[in-house]
Formats: sequence, C-alpha cells, structure tokens
Amino acid sequence: MTEQYRAALEDLLFRMADDALIYGHRNSEWTGLAPLLEEDIAFSSIAQDKLGHALALYRMLHEMGHPDPDQLAFMRSEHQFRCCHLVELPTQDYAVALMRHALFDYAEHHRYELLEESSYAPLAALARKVRGEIKYHIFHASTWLRMLGVEGTDESRARMQAALDMLFPYALGIFEPTQQEETLRELGIFPGEGILREHWLEDVVPLLESAGYRVPEPSEVEPVVGGRHGYHTEHLQPLLEEMTAVFRIDPTAEW
Amino acid sequence: METSAMVSREDILGLLEQVHDPEIPMLSVVDMGIVSDIEIEPEKIHVILTPTFVGCPAIELIRSAVREKLSSLGVPTVEVTVDYTRPWSTNRLSERGRQILAQHGFAPPPRYEGDFEPEILLNAACPYCGSTNTQLRTPFGPALCRAIYYCNDCRQAFEQFKPL
Repeated sequence: MTEQYRAALEDLLFRMADDALIYGHRNSEWTGLAPLLEEDIAFSSIAQDKLGHALALYRMLHEMGHPDPDQLAFMRSEHQFRCCHLVELPTQDYAVALMRHALFDYAEHHRYELLEESSYAPLAALARKVRGEIKYHIFHASTWLRMLGVEGTDESRARMQAALDMLFPYALGIFEPTQQEETLRELGIFPGEGILREHWLEDVVPLLESAGYRVPEPSEVEPVVGGRHGYHTEHLQPLLEEMTAVFRIDPTAEW
Repeated sequence: METSAMVSREDILGLLEQVHDPEIPMLSVVDMGIVSDIEIEPEKIHVILTPTFVGCPAIELIRSAVREKLSSLGVPTVEVTVDYTRPWSTNRLSERGRQILAQHGFAPPPRYEGDFEPEILLNAACPYCGSTNTQLRTPFGPALCRAIYYCNDCRQAFEQFKPL
C-alpha cells in the first residue's frame, strides 16, 4: 500500500466509522424511550448494527497501524472526529429521529453499494456483508415516512415536513468533500461524494415526494459542512463526554 | 488419544454440532451455516466463522466455545477466525436447522434467489397454526437476526429468523 493510497483510505474510513459510531449512539438514546415498544427495539437494533459497522471500520484502521477500536472510539478528542453534523444533532422529537434515519440511511445504502466495487478488498467485502442489514434500515425508514406522510394526519405530516426542512441542509453536509476526493476516485477506492450525492438525490427525492413531503430544491440549499474537517456542532462534545464516561473511569479495564 | 493426522472434517463438524448459538440456543453453529471453512493441517486446525450480522455480539462467545470444543481433538494448534469475506446468508441454514426453528415457535427464514427484498418478510407463516394471515410488527426483534410478528388467526405473537 502506497502512502498516497493509505492517506486516502484512512480519510474515508474515519469519516464512515465516525458517522456510524455517533449515529449509532444517537439511535441508542431511544432505548427505553421510543413512543412504541416496537420502535424502541427497532432503534436499539439499528444502533447495534451501526456500532458493528463502526467496529469493523475501526478494526481496518487498527490493522493499518492505528490504536485499537476502543481507543479510536473512546479516546479521541472532538476535533479528531470526522463525522458529519447530521449525525451529531440531538433528537428529542421523534419526527426528527425518523427523518434523519431516512436521510442518513439512504446515503449509507448508496455509499456501501458504491463500495462493493472498491479496490480495497476488505472494504468491498464489508460492503457486501452489510448490504442486507442496511436494507432493513431503509425498509423501516421508508415505512414510517409513508405512515406519517400520505397515510398520516395533518399533524404528523406537518411535524415530519418541519423535520425535513430543518435537516435537509445537514443531510447535504454528508457529502462534504475532502482533499482526498480526487485520490479516492483515481485509486478506485471510492467514486466520491459527488457521485454519492447524485445517487442519493435520485432515490430520496422521489421517495419523499411520493410519501407526501415537499423536498427543498437541492441547488438552492447551502449544505452544513465542517464535520469532515474536524469542525463540529456544539452537540458533539457533550455526546462524547456521555458516551465515554464509563470507559474513561479505567481505560485499561478488561471487559 | 487420536493422533492429529487422523482428524477428519467429519470429526470437526461432529463436535461443532454441539456448539450452539447463545441467541438461538436450539441451533448449532453448523445448522446456522456460519462455519464457512475448515482447514486441516497435520499440527493445526483452522476454522473460519462468518457472523450473521456484522455487529453480532455473540460471535466472540461462539468463537471461544468452538476453540474450546475442538481442543478435545488433541491437535496442537486450533485457530478460529471470524471474518466476513466469505458470504453468509440465511439460505445457508440447514434443513434440519429450519425444522428445529419451526418446532420451537420460530418461523424459518424464507429462501430466496439472488438478492432479497425486505418485502419477503410480509406474511410469514405462523409456526403455531400455519396461517399466513399474519402481521409483521417490526423487522427488528430481541436479537439482530429476529423479527416479530402477530398471527391474526391463533392470536399469538411469534418470531421469524429474518432473511438476510
């Protein structure tokens, strides 16, 4: 592996792993609190899947010489994280949780689909492995988009629409390019955030419209960016403090 | 004690049939189809396991149970690795595994060709009364590989080992 290949690959792996970890943690916050028992189980299960994906990605980084997955997940500072702002946002409103779930997981679905052809074989293998899991995530998301949209009430539609309007600029921030964009494409690791954004829009816009929502015109929306370069919302640091509280009591403890 | 040169694939599979998945304890790792490869050398056995879901929390437990079970063969080195480069799907569940699931009130996963679509989750047959007048309550359940249903005819909740 050349230095150039390694740098590009690491850039991508940290973005993906941090998204999965932080999004997984946010989903786990619904454990015990979701409005229905089935939803409690769904968000908890999706959280568990995402932590599994984060672990697999941190393991790849570990095999490339980085600290072990626990250290990467729990001992880095806020500015070392490369997650997008969408996954950091706190969700006290279930409509926001569901809408983010749809926006984020359709992007994950397309990202992993593109990665099935990656020149980095372990990443291509992981992508093929998680395909079925993410199908369940988007199946869950699209079911609720319809139930609270075309099949819902005025109130449910209005709350989901407000969530969509609020989250859309953050969702576009998923695709914030980094300096490695070109290299990732040239080396066949990943075709790039630009292509991913196109695939996502082609899928998500008709899906949202058929579920009864008005989608903002993407070209007129300013994406919320910064996360891919280590600049985060004020919500990430408190999340990290809570998530790592037990680990930091004794980082060398055996579990 | 047998000499290690005499260990066969069947010996190993026979022992692995006694190792069970802690989340679906009636199924062995062989019935689950998660034993994806066995390599036998004179001084070493190498077993490769493929987890059902990437985040399966039981896999480390299964791995150490497999290693412990195979240590009775007397081969100097028993290596058990977990990776997902080899494909796994619920189509790999054995016929016996499917029957055991049904006997325990679990609908076995439907078989599928090519890629599955989550819609095949709908209308699972109730393992108690056989009715397909059932309702998927949630594609997620008490473990990552389980989905929850309700049978409108016999009015029982039941689970399905969900297709993947």
